Amino acid sequence: MAERVPTVPITIDGVEMEATAGETVLQCARRHGVDIPSLCFLEGLSPVGGCRLCVVEVAEDLRLRPACATTVTSDMEVTTQSSRLRSYRRSILELLFAEGNHVCAVCVSNGACELQDVAVRCGMDHVRYELQAPRRRVDASHPRYVFDPNRCILCTRCVRVCDEIEGAHVWDVAHRGHGAELVTDLHRPWGESTSCTWCGKCVASCPTGALSHQGSSVGEMRHTPDMIAWLVAARRREWTEREARR
Amino acid sequence: MTRPRLATVWLGGCSGCHMSLLDTDEWLFELAAAADLVYSPIVDVKEFPHDVDVCLVEGAVANEDNLEFARLVRERSAIVVSFGDCAVSGNVTAMRNPLGDPEGILRRVYVDAPDRDAQVPHAPGIVPLLLAQVRPLHQVIDVDAFVPGCPAPAGRIREAIEALLAGRRPPTTGESIRFG
Amino acid sequence: MAAPIDLHEVAEREREEQFRTPLRVHVCHSTSCATAGSGAVLQAARDLAEGDLASSVAVSPTGCMGLCSAGPLLRVVERGGGQHDYHHVTGAAAERIVRHHADRGAAVPEHRLDTALPFFARQHRVVLANAGEIDPDRIESYVAHGGYAALERALTSMTPEDVLDQVRRSRLRGRGGAGYPTANKWALLAAAPGPVKYVVANGDEGDPGAYMDRTIMEDDPHRVLEGIALAAYATGARHAYIYVRAEYPRAVERLDRAIKVARRNRLLGRRILDTDVDLDIEIRIGAGAFVCGEETALLASIEGRRGTPRLRPPYPTERGLFGAPTMINNVETLANIAPIVANGGDWFASIGTPGSTGTKVFALAGDLVNTGLIEVPMGTTLRDIVEDIGGGMTEGHTFKAAQTGGPSGGCIPARYLDTPVDYDSLRALGSIMGSGGLIVMDDRTRMPDVARFFMEFSKDESCGACAPCRAGTVQMHHLLTTISSGRGRRRDLRDLEHLCAVVRDTSLCGLGQTAPNPVLSTLQYFRDEYEALIAPAEGGHG
Repeated sequence: MAERVPTVPITIDGVEMEATAGETVLQCARRHGVDIPSLCFLEGLSPVGGCRLCVVEVAEDLRLRPACATTVTSDMEVTTQSSRLRSYRRSILELLFAEGNHVCAVCVSNGACELQDVAVRCGMDHVRYELQAPRRRVDASHPRYVFDPNRCILCTRCVRVCDEIEGAHVWDVAHRGHGAELVTDLHRPWGESTSCTWCGKCVASCPTGALSHQGSSVGEMRHTPDMIAWLVAARRREWTEREARR
Repeated sequence: MTRPRLATVWLGGCSGCHMSLLDTDEWLFELAAAADLVYSPIVDVKEFPHDVDVCLVEGAVANEDNLEFARLVRERSAIVVSFGDCAVSGNVTAMRNPLGDPEGILRRVYVDAPDRDAQVPHAPGIVPLLLAQVRPLHQVIDVDAFVPGCPAPAGRIREAIEALLAGRRPPTTGESIRFG
Repeated sequence: MAAPIDLHEVAEREREEQFRTPLRVHVCHSTSCATAGSGAVLQAARDLAEGDLASSVAVSPTGCMGLCSAGPLLRVVERGGGQHDYHHVTGAAAERIVRHHADRGAAVPEHRLDTALPFFARQHRVVLANAGEIDPDRIESYVAHGGYAALERALTSMTPEDVLDQVRRSRLRGRGGAGYPTANKWALLAAAPGPVKYVVANGDEGDPGAYMDRTIMEDDPHRVLEGIALAAYATGARHAYIYVRAEYPRAVERLDRAIKVARRNRLLGRRILDTDVDLDIEIRIGAGAFVCGEETALLASIEGRRGTPRLRPPYPTERGLFGAPTMINNVETLANIAPIVANGGDWFASIGTPGSTGTKVFALAGDLVNTGLIEVPMGTTLRDIVEDIGGGMTEGHTFKAAQTGGPSGGCIPARYLDTPVDYDSLRALGSIMGSGGLIVMDDRTRMPDVARFFMEFSKDESCGACAPCRAGTVQMHHLLTTISSGRGRRRDLRDLEHLCAVVRDTSLCGLGQTAPNPVLSTLQYFRDEYEALIAPAEGGHG
């Protein structure tokens, strides 16, 4: 018999629903089919609330809250869609597109890119802001993978998956602000990394075309970010122990 | 009632969006019946006319001719549409931007790369000068609607033109605005 | 274990020493005066005191006397209590002045500074009470001015709750900028489960032009230590950190020396003053990132990780340094603690306004006659600060705006000059108290340039962890540059205002959330200047 999980009543966009105690607003919304856009969040990794796309309004709270890192409380009233939130999300997406060199037409992830998908969902038909056109070097030194920082949105999924799941901590962020960039080891080429295990979880987690398999051509790259949540569940032995109890 | 005056323009792009327009196939007959195509790379008119109702602009603004022409188009058209990713976002045309100074790029292409006759083309009044940075169309003139895509797919072009000729805005949501 | 310091005896001995010579010469040797050449002044005075005037003159370097724009400053104190201050002193002038006092028992007219000036008379010194009086490197000097008496009293005759109660009664609010009630923070840490908890002093002062905390740490380091010790006692913490930016080497050096001396005298370490209370204080040097003033980023930096803010909750008082409950107080906040415990919270609350008690130190800068470091009761009006203390604008110019709160603050126009300077009034005007930067600008200032200056700062100091701050500050800076240059279009102004809202409402930490403030406040009060810069529409592109 299934264990009873305590629930709390919450309201999302005017719809009353049962949230599982301890889960986040984002998890609850997604379980109930409510679409809150997000990029840095990945099930299985610790939330950092960096992309700010999932910000929602919580009644009686003046500040917007990142749904990925806000735990549900009883009788919480959440608004995920408002004209303000929509315009903010679109602006944040435009800022992301303007700061990198996101040329969908020549990207390995074209047609299977979370950034591109979120832009479509948020109604971004053009970018109002000045294109920053940064000059960033591609690191293709790894025998199996390629890192193209032009397509990186600094979501840090790769940093977290490598640190929290693989335990290698190959990736980290160097410098700050508009100069922030991902580095491998102590800013050495990825191919020379002595800590990389070639496990590929960073590539699997990447929401854009920033990390890809060597040899991928335009539109060929398929990431598998969902595998991280499976892996975490497997590590916790959720299936095997359930099997044993049966 | 007079028929709407439609124009299409080709700036810094590969003409793929115009190819895609031709891919609307037999719908072109319907378009020809519904509007006058008063200026386009695919019609033989030398000067951009006055009183254009709708103008689709393909390509980014990459050189001085593009800039001047974009301003003329804006002056003479009621509705200007960024047509395809290059016009909307700079796209492939703008991939030279991170490399900086166009002089260096011209040298690389025309001096360093060729096996013979190495020289940077220089013909004032004939070969337009490159702008320091390639710009999306809306960064230099006001733009009324955006039809992204590389190329903008034929169905999306048809949908946009039908809307514009009917006095509506092209769709701004859903798959119609996907880049790439 | 050595015997603890006998505070009473040390104070007595030090006071006797002060009466040994008829004249004492204090040379301001704080960073501003040192830069202006106080080293030569100190040397000249010492040469006399070690030479033929040995029996009549004693010399001591001291901390900041306040009027930094007129440094190097020198003070002659007579045994009878008379005091004479001099400005723009050189080595040669110092010799003339000291000799004149010693030989004739009278002041010298040249270089004379009138201490009846409102610059001095209108100030109320609590935090800076010792600056200009004590030698920062001598604990005896601090003790002679009542130093460590509050700690001794707390440890011997007050419970931790008593100390917390005095802070509660003082209604002291955090001096780092946000103005959170200090006692509430303390109470949260006191209530947090032990045994491991931390007190952290935030000395990562970073606003452009601000040097309040630097001065406190450099000129009165033991006051900071005593404040930390009292905070630790009240909250049950046995370990504390002082986080100082590497750009403050003198502060690091003096705090380091002060900690060693305090340990040797059993004012820190195990069994402080022979009581059961233990406390150790360590210094952590930051690499100078502005964002490390944000408390979660500061904690990450102390832990040796990248100094980026993290999501709150959990708040540091729940999960802070190394996962343990932690309380972060600003250096100036902590510098107020010893006087509060010594004189009682009610005494402190009688200074200032009911909502903002006590005093505030400001680094007064800009187009004024007098600039420097000042301390005034909360609630003093901007006009008093600008016109009386600051001596008004420089010749031929008029006041335009006062900028408070640095890159997180705003600009206040002339029509609000009579606003009392307190947390709530400044907030109501769209600015903030901030840590104490106060820049006064005259009619020559172009406000969009001011906004652009601060935006450039925020852009370069953004940590990059969240998208709106990282990329939004870049775009706001670009738009401000375009507008400032006269090439801006109406649309740019609209985009700028929208981005201000996006970055303010969606950024992860306080840096991003407040970065638009200089733009928003200049738009609110000086919108016409932006409008005038908007280029006429060109080629139908408006």
